[in-house]
Amino acid sequence: MSKLVVANLRVEIQAGARLLKPVDGVSFEIGTNECVALLGESGCGKSLTALALMRLLPDGGRVAAGSVHLADENLFAFTEAQMGEVRGGRLAMIFQEPQSSLNPVMTVAEQIDEALAAHRGLSGLAAAEEAVRLLEAVGLGREKLDAYPFQLSGGQRQRALIAMMLAGDPEVLIADEPTTALDVTVQAKILKLLKELRQQRGMGLLLITHDLDVVSDMADRVAVMYAGQIVEWASRAALYSTPLHPYTQKLFAVLPRLDRRGERLDSLPGRVPGPDSVFIGCRFADRCPAVFERCRVETPAFHEATAGHWSRCHLAEADQTLSSTVRNAHRITQIGADGAPYAVSLSPVLEVRDLAVHFPIRKGLLKRTVGHVKAVDGVSFQVAAGETLALVGESGCGKTTLARAILRLIEPTAGQVSLLGEPLANLRGEALRRKRAEMQIVFQDPFSSLNPRMKVGEILAEGMAALSLLPVSARPARILDLLNQVGLPEDAVGRYPHEFSGGQRQRIAIARALAVEPKLLILDEPTSALDVSVQAQILNLLADLQKKHGLAYLFITHNLSVVSYLAHRVAVMRGGKIVESGMAETLLTRPQTPYTQLLLDSAPGKKALLPVE
Amino acid sequence: MLNYLLRRVLYAIPILLGVNLLTFALFFMVNTPDDMARIHLGAKHVTADAITRWKSEHGYDKPLFFNAEATGVEKATDTLFVEKSLKLFVLDFGAADDGRDIAREIGQRMWPSLAIALPTFIVGLLAYLSFALLLVFFRGTALDTGGVILCVALMSISGLFYVIGGQYLMGKLWHWFPISGYQPGLDAWKFMVMPVLVSLIGGIGDSSRFYRALFIEEIGKDYVRTARAKGLSDLRVLFKHVLGNAMIPILTGVVVVIPRLFMGSLIIESFFGIPGLGSYTIDAIQAQDFAIVRSMVFLGSLLYIIGLVLTDISYTWADPRVRLE
Amino acid sequence: MTIKPVLLWSDALILLLLATVAVLVWLARKNDTFRAPWRQIMRSRMGAVTALILSVYVGIGLLDSLHYVERLPGEPGQAAQYSGEVLSALDALLTPLRVKVEKTYSAPLATHLYAKETITGPDGVEYRDFPPLKYPGTHLFGTDKVGQDVLYLSLKSIRTGLLIGSLTTLIMLPFALTLGIAAGYFGGRIDDAIQYLYTTLNSIPGVLLIAAAVLVVQVQIETHADLFETAAARSDVRLLALCAILGVTGWTGLARLLRAEALKLRELEFVQAARAFGVTDARILLRHLLPNVMHLVLITVVIDFSGLVLAEAVLSYVGVGVDPGMISFGNMINGARLELAREPVVWWQLAAAFVFMFVLVLAANLFADQVRDALDPKSRGRA
Repeated sequence: MSKLVVANLRVEIQAGARLLKPVDGVSFEIGTNECVALLGESGCGKSLTALALMRLLPDGGRVAAGSVHLADENLFAFTEAQMGEVRGGRLAMIFQEPQSSLNPVMTVAEQIDEALAAHRGLSGLAAAEEAVRLLEAVGLGREKLDAYPFQLSGGQRQRALIAMMLAGDPEVLIADEPTTALDVTVQAKILKLLKELRQQRGMGLLLITHDLDVVSDMADRVAVMYAGQIVEWASRAALYSTPLHPYTQKLFAVLPRLDRRGERLDSLPGRVPGPDSVFIGCRFADRCPAVFERCRVETPAFHEATAGHWSRCHLAEADQTLSSTVRNAHRITQIGADGAPYAVSLSPVLEVRDLAVHFPIRKGLLKRTVGHVKAVDGVSFQVAAGETLALVGESGCGKTTLARAILRLIEPTAGQVSLLGEPLANLRGEALRRKRAEMQIVFQDPFSSLNPRMKVGEILAEGMAALSLLPVSARPARILDLLNQVGLPEDAVGRYPHEFSGGQRQRIAIARALAVEPKLLILDEPTSALDVSVQAQILNLLADLQKKHGLAYLFITHNLSVVSYLAHRVAVMRGGKIVESGMAETLLTRPQTPYTQLLLDSAPGKKALLPVE
Repeated sequence: MLNYLLRRVLYAIPILLGVNLLTFALFFMVNTPDDMARIHLGAKHVTADAITRWKSEHGYDKPLFFNAEATGVEKATDTLFVEKSLKLFVLDFGAADDGRDIAREIGQRMWPSLAIALPTFIVGLLAYLSFALLLVFFRGTALDTGGVILCVALMSISGLFYVIGGQYLMGKLWHWFPISGYQPGLDAWKFMVMPVLVSLIGGIGDSSRFYRALFIEEIGKDYVRTARAKGLSDLRVLFKHVLGNAMIPILTGVVVVIPRLFMGSLIIESFFGIPGLGSYTIDAIQAQDFAIVRSMVFLGSLLYIIGLVLTDISYTWADPRVRLE
Repeated sequence: MTIKPVLLWSDALILLLLATVAVLVWLARKNDTFRAPWRQIMRSRMGAVTALILSVYVGIGLLDSLHYVERLPGEPGQAAQYSGEVLSALDALLTPLRVKVEKTYSAPLATHLYAKETITGPDGVEYRDFPPLKYPGTHLFGTDKVGQDVLYLSLKSIRTGLLIGSLTTLIMLPFALTLGIAAGYFGGRIDDAIQYLYTTLNSIPGVLLIAAAVLVVQVQIETHADLFETAAARSDVRLLALCAILGVTGWTGLARLLRAEALKLRELEFVQAARAFGVTDARILLRHLLPNVMHLVLITVVIDFSGLVLAEAVLSYVGVGVDPGMISFGNMINGARLELAREPVVWWQLAAAFVFMFVLVLAANLFADQVRDALDPKSRGRA
């Protein structure tokens, strides 16, 4: 029997004069004790779908059509007061950002008690006892009752939030990207907790995520969303063995994995259409490798290709073989890519020896230094031309501080950084500026890494001007060459960053770094903020550029599948120190330290890391 | 905490010293005591003798920073800067041009000021917050839109018109209250009601709109969504969650003015004839009595710094993340 | 009649301001990130209407800033003699209003004077009655105590209000921009010093600081009365001094805002990327920080503008505003408020000042809201 049935849900948002339709006819169901995953890239409408179920749409948003039945009662027919009893009672929801989802000025106990009072009528001693029971159920001790959110870690906050939402003993729990903001080891624990709670309580779980690996660990059935619609609906087993919709197939094909090392990743051209698009025919047609005339004129129906396996694609309608030929066709494009082992030159481009960055802790009346935070504490490694060294670690391990210290954006406390054999420590003024041309950085966030008030041409020219590398007259040609190299149109020169998508902005950031012809690129989580299909494009671009220019990459990341796909060597960082380093294949398959083992074990869907037999 | 307070006191000294140097520069260096004497004597009576006499009567017949004629330590202390400026630090305000002791005047006049300013502050804060909460509760409806338009219209009217209009309607036309004046004791309320009412109405547009903006900003935050997802009623979300978090920016603007309530309002006191520090100041400005103006500047700065410390202390109560050390 | 143009200091500054704005607009005319928000403002009904009202006010203020003196009729061959009365283009346009002076108060559109007088009739008999006006039915807002047309006074007050708003901003901006951004970007000792400066300035009660400074200026003007050729020049200098004082004491709010924003911006990755190129601090401030705080500056400027117009009235009341001889809203209100005690009430002067001020400030406030919504999308719907 189904607990939650969503039928033909449509959400509209009035944004100024425009009417957006971010959710456009979504139907799915969740059974008792079942986990359904709503899978999609950013902007596909999955979060709004969840908020619509809770009737918590943001201002300007409204449910335009459809129904949601919770145990046969239509939630959209309820009064606001009745809905208040459902929210946090029978239907609860947890959110992505544990940082901001809890009230900062109330203790954990106060926030749990509110829910207990609202849904169970508990107060006083009874509430206190129940709150302890809930905390223990999510793996927190009773001493956390009187803690404020700022005194908890990210994982603990997410646990506290889950405890609050369990207060009403919900029939269905909605989890909107519950682990996206967390470290991989914490993610594994929270996912395990959700799984256990679901089984103990017989809860339905709606898991909203962009991560195929998380889905493979958690879900019973999967709904794949694209441009406001569900394009594929199947059991997990069916979806992972025979994905039917070309979009789902592409999602699998673009994933970086150990067994795809040396191959070009498949990629998905274009971008997700916005919620104000007008569609004729199939919404995926513009990006579909298997597109044919009918897709452009006729909207595909939702076909049940095999029992329980639905796909919104003309190919799923009759001819099964056609669909699998398409799949094989673009499998073929991957084969034949360069898989040759790389050759490391002997002299390192970057050599870091015993580098340390300590921040003083000042206290008291005169702000005396009472201690130090050892953000980076004695790190040594080298990177050679044409080589990628991946620096892996969880948040707070010091990897970003390390990058900034290498670039001399902050002064190191001790140790030495040498670039092409020359130590940087003694360089000052002009000599240091010259040296800067040899190392550059690409940041994580494609939105804050480009000045919104400068044209792309000006952004690319900035480094050349600062380091006066080329005569002014030669710069325009060089800028066009750079745009060409990173795959952007030439007319980008006169446009502003906001006119580009996240992936394109990251290309601009790469071109900016390349403009001064560096020997070393520090890549600080360059694909973490991007969708997987875009990530594949950027990884391909980085591989091409490395091959062409013999660049040394220091690739800072927390994402092990990216590491396994592209790193030659890996260094694992924890608490400001490197705990293990070695060749990628060796380290990822036969880790020597317990911490590396823990990282590998925590990665969701870790099958992907291992080579396919 | 003690440590923190000590540091704040130490930090206050250079600020007050800066204030003193600034006023001293304005009143004794840009303007010389000679200029002052000339203004006070009036064009007809200006003679070199009269100026010298006026200066010695009022204690302005000393050098600015260094007294070469004095002996020993007095070379540095028997100067205008020490006598007129540094003595303010021990709350020695000296005498006004009419010879009256400024410190005593302040002691007497702060009570009427407080009698008007305190009720205005408390009732005002409650009224503006309630009005803003009302608008926010009905956000997006016609009531909210109308309320905001009303606020903008009210804040576009000069404060002088509120006073003039209030006096005309409530005093002259309807005879509710005396138009101006003050008397201590039980009858004081008759004279208090109108100034308080007028100040309240004059401030409603600006403050309510500001508080509404703060609330709307808080409502957009993730924890409010969490609270609603828990199934809490809109009222509880508004009062418990939104108000609780908005208290932090509200306190920033509110607590700092509390110590200054003693100093009263210039406009209100002068229009309504309240014998408080506000009208004392305005009279001094109009009579160009620089001794009083200097004293009030110093007092105002001192109270402001106390206000800053109180603000910091109030944060520890509103925001568990703040610990003073 | 021959005239000689007179350029008062404030006129020069207005022209300078106008030229600067014109040059900036011309430079940015093709920049889409600059144009888009203004197009949005002008497309909204509220934005267009308030902009229209404000430009009417600005037009009146500009006309009133073209000053001249008339040549006195004299013997031919004699050196030219000029009147001591400085007039403006607005005065010339409003000549019918300006010269229609009655004896004292008269109500709007009245035909007779406000007060009874002893009149000698044609038959030589003396009686007390309301004497007829010289220009009956022409004074839309009545006349004031000395019989000047109130509409004329209201229109003349506009320039004073606008000047205070715009010149104060002009003087305040360099302080706020350099000190605010420098404090946030450089941090450390520089930040400490600038914070000390603005905490000190802030700690002094605003009106008192302004009063103290204005008193000093007043004494200086009085002791150097011989420097000023005309009364207009004297009140002009006092007005400028007032703007300067308001500007020098008023930069702290914006500077604080800019400091906070610069603190955020300097950690942003595009600034870090520039530093990784070794771009100089001066260039980072100019190319990366300044353009990214300009929207805050603009928003603050338009929001503060209306506050300054209102402040003029209060300061003039306290006695530290513009010269008491200058026509301004503050002086109009000040001169009229005591007349409410008369029977019947003399209300029209206050009414005129109220209407002209209210429309100006309301339009400025509503326009400011539109500007903020257009330039800072985050704030939309907040206020």
